[in-house]
Amino acid sequence: MKNILTNLFNKKNRGRTLSFIIVILAYAGIEILTHSVRVSRLFTSLLVPTCCYIVLALSLNLVVGFSGELSLGHAGFMAIGAFTAVCVSGLIGSVIVNDILRLIISIIAGCVVSGIFGLIISVPVLKLSGDYLAIVTLAFGQIIKSLINNIFFGYDANGLQFSFVNNSLELQNGKMLLSGPMGATDTAKISNFTAGIILILITLYVIYSLIDSKYGRTIMAARDNRIAAESIGVNISKTKTLAFVISASLAGAAGALYALNYSTLQPSKFDFNTSILVLVYVVFGGLGNINGTMISTTVLYILPELLRSLRDYRMLIYAVVLIVVMQVTNSARVRELVNRISSKVFKKREVRL
Amino acid sequence: MTFLTYLISGLALGSVYAIIALGYTMVYGIAKMLNFAHGDIIMVGGYAAFFAFSKFGMPAPVCILAAIIICTILGVIIERLAYKPLRQASSLSVLITAIGVSYFLQNGAQLLFGSDTKIFPVMLTDGSLKLFGGQLVISYLTLITIATCLLIMVGLTLFINKTKIGKAMRACAEDKGAAQLMGINIDTTISITFAIGSGLAAIAAILLCSTYPSLSPTLGSMPGIKAFTAAVFGGIGSIPGALLGGLLLGVIENLTKAYISTQLSDAIVFTVLIVVLLIKPTGLLGKKENVKV
Amino acid sequence: MSIVLQVKNLGIDFGGLTAVNNLNMEIEENEIVGLIGPNGAGKTTVFNMLTKVYDPSRGTILLDGKDIAKMTTEEVNKAGIARTFQNIRLFGKLSVIDNVKTGMNNHHAYSVLDALLHTGKRREHEKQIEEKAEELLKIFNLHDAKDIEADSLPYGAQRRLEIARALATEPKLLLLDEPAAGMNPQETEELMNTIRFVRDKFNISILLIEHDMSLVMNICERIYVLNYGMLLAKGNPDEIKNNEKVIKAYLGD
Repeated sequence: MKNILTNLFNKKNRGRTLSFIIVILAYAGIEILTHSVRVSRLFTSLLVPTCCYIVLALSLNLVVGFSGELSLGHAGFMAIGAFTAVCVSGLIGSVIVNDILRLIISIIAGCVVSGIFGLIISVPVLKLSGDYLAIVTLAFGQIIKSLINNIFFGYDANGLQFSFVNNSLELQNGKMLLSGPMGATDTAKISNFTAGIILILITLYVIYSLIDSKYGRTIMAARDNRIAAESIGVNISKTKTLAFVISASLAGAAGALYALNYSTLQPSKFDFNTSILVLVYVVFGGLGNINGTMISTTVLYILPELLRSLRDYRMLIYAVVLIVVMQVTNSARVRELVNRISSKVFKKREVRL
Repeated sequence: MTFLTYLISGLALGSVYAIIALGYTMVYGIAKMLNFAHGDIIMVGGYAAFFAFSKFGMPAPVCILAAIIICTILGVIIERLAYKPLRQASSLSVLITAIGVSYFLQNGAQLLFGSDTKIFPVMLTDGSLKLFGGQLVISYLTLITIATCLLIMVGLTLFINKTKIGKAMRACAEDKGAAQLMGINIDTTISITFAIGSGLAAIAAILLCSTYPSLSPTLGSMPGIKAFTAAVFGGIGSIPGALLGGLLLGVIENLTKAYISTQLSDAIVFTVLIVVLLIKPTGLLGKKENVKV
Repeated sequence: MSIVLQVKNLGIDFGGLTAVNNLNMEIEENEIVGLIGPNGAGKTTVFNMLTKVYDPSRGTILLDGKDIAKMTTEEVNKAGIARTFQNIRLFGKLSVIDNVKTGMNNHHAYSVLDALLHTGKRREHEKQIEEKAEELLKIFNLHDAKDIEADSLPYGAQRRLEIARALATEPKLLLLDEPAAGMNPQETEELMNTIRFVRDKFNISILLIEHDMSLVMNICERIYVLNYGMLLAKGNPDEIKNNEKVIKAYLGD
């Protein structure tokens, strides 16, 4: 028993243990709060989306932080997961009545379909690098949004009905699942906060399992020095594909949970700005920093909502926060100060070589 | 004949993209950063011209000049305040800062001018040229747009190749450290680059708003993304690449809208981009970078 | 003794410039061979061709009798060639031990699913990887620093870590590109001992580029001299020391 405890808190595993503790404590705290005091409706409405964005930011961090490739189209994967889940949930609604089971199946579907798209997008990923790769991911996000904008999908007594670009569906007593630019309408809201927390825990488990394994080491090695990685037998293509596919799957799961939290959802929700928003969470939290990402996502997602009373000024303040934080964290003077304080607080053990 | 009409209007749209793409490509070439706020400079240029014309009743040339001056100054201020302190920082930090600046400009405009769409006045001309007995109608605006773009390209190419500042810019793009050792002032050179890019954005703004006469705080986003795409398409960092990329993108977009589908035009344009990058990973006219081992 | 590496008529052009031409070279099992020559002679270019970072324009490279023409850098490593770099290329943000562990991936196969599900297979392989990595770090006197970031190692230690990482891939032939660059005489002395030790312990051949002549003459059994991309001389250290063409190339006319 003591062994397990020391193992959990040794230097290598401390961060991981902390991540799980943070999430579980946050969940317990919020559950107690919502059951004991009257919390505002705004507060409860923010819980599920916050969970979704945390999963999304964690998955993006796998690509940007650990794999070192800039992605500007992550909202595309979220969208694929979201609308897949809406369709699946709608289709199996009459067969599987249990909300929890339906939620699980829908999330898995969103996860798998998005993962497949991750595999497709990784074909250009392997050939390109740097800013050219970034633009391809941006283009991918735009393409996905634009395609979903044109899909009309529904079912009636005659079975599944599908049309593209122009809505030619005439459903007899049926139900539209996707209505082009209108997106999903009249979706059953089956997401809940507990599911969100479980999804975060699964995401943490997946990411930590991966980065602590040989696969994680190659992903980071390929990031730090591509040529050296090749020279020791790392297959760069496979490595980057793996990171992309896992990231896409997790983002798809997040999208699925997100979509099933609202009765209506438009494809325009998943535009370039959403991709950027998540990227901001990742950069603020720190590249490759998992706990940082969870905290920054929570703060930055909730901040504009809390600033709602300031109405028009809130996005302006948000913009200023972005600029100022980047200036401060990159200032040589601030860095020196932080280093001086941290070296005083944590006396570093000298390593002799 | 209709094909020709679409082609010509595509070239006009492409010219606007090309002018904006020049701003992206020059800044990228020299400062190695993706200036995501560039699209919003267009928006500022649009509002500047709008107010000068509609509120203060100034003649068109003065309005254009005012828009150019305001954008140029804004571009330089943004560079000095937001980007210059981050020269040594990671490219992601700079990217996030640029996004912050973009949000700031968009929301600042929304506060100052309101989020409602304003109608951009006819500032340049609304006449048109009729050819082949009225079968082919080309608006003067289209011709002005294409001509302006070509003029800018020629002027800029001469500027970059013949003037001292132009040479300094090329030197900085090649190797900042070495350029500095040769006595080139890096800060001034980068500021001039931003100034030129922003000034061009103002011109693009007036052409764009004259063609699609609605003004809103987010007006720059989509043309910004498209022009950025055009810059990459042609090979980012390359000036002829920006022209080629811009024109191709405009033509493809317009022809897709005309013959395939308006709703799918974005998807098709971006798919073409991906295909081109797969075949030529550094864009049509981009240089291949060799890694020294 | 059998031949590990055989290079026949190797050459490469960059644009119109011929960087290396008509190079013939053989390395036997368990041999330490030096590759020397003045700056710009094309030594590193040879390494880059041997590891397929560059594709040769002419000639063949046989590793254990097998042509590596169609292989990528990654496959060449799997076939048995590992290398270090003149300008150190470590995985800077990984810990020292993780740098070494990364080299062992191809000898420890467990699937992504094993990784995600923490199966026994994963645990077993990770345990072996850990043990082997620690052993290598001990050989290179890096064990005390195993958990710090590779970037924050002092220069000499970074060079040693690069060698350890290359060895982790269990090569037949190890290419060392200026392993003693930037080291003081005492460090160089230790490095020489380590190189010999490694050769004996892992039973491998070593080809090294080096400017420190005392090191080259001391540990190399045979030496190839390159000048202007062409083979100028080959022989044992004594022959090379007294070769007039070599002296001329180094000292000039």
